[in-house]
Amino acid sequence: MQNRLKNITKSRLFWPLMALALMIVFNIIFVDDFLKIEIKDGNLFGRIIDIINRAAPLMLMAIGMTLVIATGGTDLSVGSVAAISGALVCSLIGGDFKGVAQHPFAVAILAALAVSLLAGAWNGFLVGKLGIQPVVATLILFVAGRGIAQLITEGQIITVYYKPFAFLGGFAPGIPIPFSIIIVAIVLTIVLLVLKKTALGLFIESVGVNATSSRFTGISVTKIKFLVYTFSGLCAGIAGLIISSMIRAADANNAGLMSEMDAILAVAIGGTSMAGGRFSIGASMIGALIVQSITTTLYAVGVSAQVLPLIKAIVVIAICLVQAEEFRRKAFGIFAKKGGVQNEKAAAKL
Amino acid sequence: MKKLQLNSKFVPLIITILLFVGLFAVGSIKYPSFFSLQVFFNLFIDNAYLIILAVGMTFVLVIGGIDLSVGSVLCLVAMASADLVENRGVNPYVVMLLMIVIGAVYGLVQGTLIQSFKMQPFIVTLAGLFFGKGAAAWISIETINITNKTYNDIAHYRVKLIGDGFISIGAVIALVTLVIAIYIAHYTKFGRTAYAIGGNEQSALLMGLPVARTKILIYTLNGICSALAGIVFSFYMLSGYSLHGQGMELDAIASAVIGGTLLTGGVGYVVGSLFGALTQGIIQNIIMFDGSLNSWWTKIAIAALLCMFIIIQRLLVARRDAQKARSRGNLAKNQAVAK
Repeated sequence: MQNRLKNITKSRLFWPLMALALMIVFNIIFVDDFLKIEIKDGNLFGRIIDIINRAAPLMLMAIGMTLVIATGGTDLSVGSVAAISGALVCSLIGGDFKGVAQHPFAVAILAALAVSLLAGAWNGFLVGKLGIQPVVATLILFVAGRGIAQLITEGQIITVYYKPFAFLGGFAPGIPIPFSIIIVAIVLTIVLLVLKKTALGLFIESVGVNATSSRFTGISVTKIKFLVYTFSGLCAGIAGLIISSMIRAADANNAGLMSEMDAILAVAIGGTSMAGGRFSIGASMIGALIVQSITTTLYAVGVSAQVLPLIKAIVVIAICLVQAEEFRRKAFGIFAKKGGVQNEKAAAKL
Repeated sequence: MKKLQLNSKFVPLIITILLFVGLFAVGSIKYPSFFSLQVFFNLFIDNAYLIILAVGMTFVLVIGGIDLSVGSVLCLVAMASADLVENRGVNPYVVMLLMIVIGAVYGLVQGTLIQSFKMQPFIVTLAGLFFGKGAAAWISIETINITNKTYNDIAHYRVKLIGDGFISIGAVIALVTLVIAIYIAHYTKFGRTAYAIGGNEQSALLMGLPVARTKILIYTLNGICSALAGIVFSFYMLSGYSLHGQGMELDAIASAVIGGTLLTGGVGYVVGSLFGALTQGIIQNIIMFDGSLNSWWTKIAIAALLCMFIIIQRLLVARRDAQKARSRGNLAKNQAVAK
């Protein structure tokens, strides 16, 4: 019995899931009609559906971010890339009042995704090929990316009246589940399949643990790094499509603002170490849901959007502190004499 | 051999100074009113806060760290001083002193988290970035204009220089900071320890240098610099707004890198950072004089410039490593022959 309990608590998903459960219980008690799901016009409606729907862009970014962090890097440019992708898709479709698209919808989407892929590849080139620190390499697009998005929209907020554009972040006809959730499911399935069926996941982990020894075992560190940053760019691009579709407009200044922080937070909550190595995409997904429910709950309590980062910054530091070995040794050192080993093990799973 | 290595160390700095002169020449040729002493002095007035940020950032980069929070500390300081002076009627000088203390505490906390708990600098200071932004917005989402007499007097005071040329008090503060920083970096034990840590932290530790203390102190100093920049910025803008200082962390890092500071640590010049900041100021001036270009081009141009310099750095470092490897190879060969 005790063994089974240990196994459960040992699972990487245990602590994130506990945190999510805590959030849900909190919401059930304090938010009215939290669990209520109803069907309107053949579509599902409810607070939970809303949270998952809004978490979709974050989940996509977190998928890419998890892989990047697993290689020991970081991608600060996801929010800006999302803004570029949103700006491009909206400007290609155009703000025609009658809802006529200037360019075909598919072309606009493909162009936006291609540009995000390019942005990711640029990061990958700087980090993988030139060996520049990930923080600085991605900081370039973090700042310049919004400038590029501004140039694409020519400093204006383009509102799109073209109907099918709203499907991406809303409901597609005939499907009761929000379309963004389906996109996340598809991307997640592909990524998990590739990671499970090929050695790629192992390679990524090995690069994160020790890049030099990975190179000596014959893994092309450059290629792996290039790949994860490119993929992170693509994920951010898809997220950007959903974000702009939700507001049916391109907002170069605010689309995906601070989402880099949210994505890193989601990965951190999921328990992937910021130093790289072992990672779990599933845990990051739960992390993304937790982050989104924190956001929604704080909104419900009446915290303004601008003050949110203050609270999230504290949460990030708290989580990283718990992850930090030094801190655990100091904090749990007090209990070291009484069952210290157990504490240590429990903490190690955080 | 030795001379060559010394040269390669100075290459980015020389390129930067040449670039600065070149850009100034381009501006002067294109726009007749560009070539004047006052335009040159204005560079110091308009970029005083950036020079201070760049000076602090140079130290952080030299020890191989990074600080993304500088822009939002600047924003928070400008916001808090506007609020305290305008809405709460606190004495301006007390406010300035308080802001410096806040900056020091900000840096101290970040430094302690990084050093004592072995957390990564980027995650700690990224959290610092968002914390500062959130805190500034928490004070007020609206702009607070500073109408206080002391602040306005300081803001409009002109320090006369050659001819009709003048600079602001902010620029004077920036220059004084620069001189102090040059002294600390190149003529004190503390400065040399910082360079040693950046060169190789393990060796510095084995040499018995106070690594932990120096690192925490440098983050604290950077916090103080950011706060000082915030005060200078509030003289310059005479307002506090929660969106001030957005993207300024990149400007500060770019200034240092353009000025020849290696991102890998161990190499850096405080004077270089001054030229880095001034070069950015010139780019901004040229874009302003042109008038037809979107102001967002400034950010893109700076990012492109930063990219270029990072790539130059990589090439130089790669060449130096190759040289080292070659000389080591030669040495081994000689030894083998001797045997």
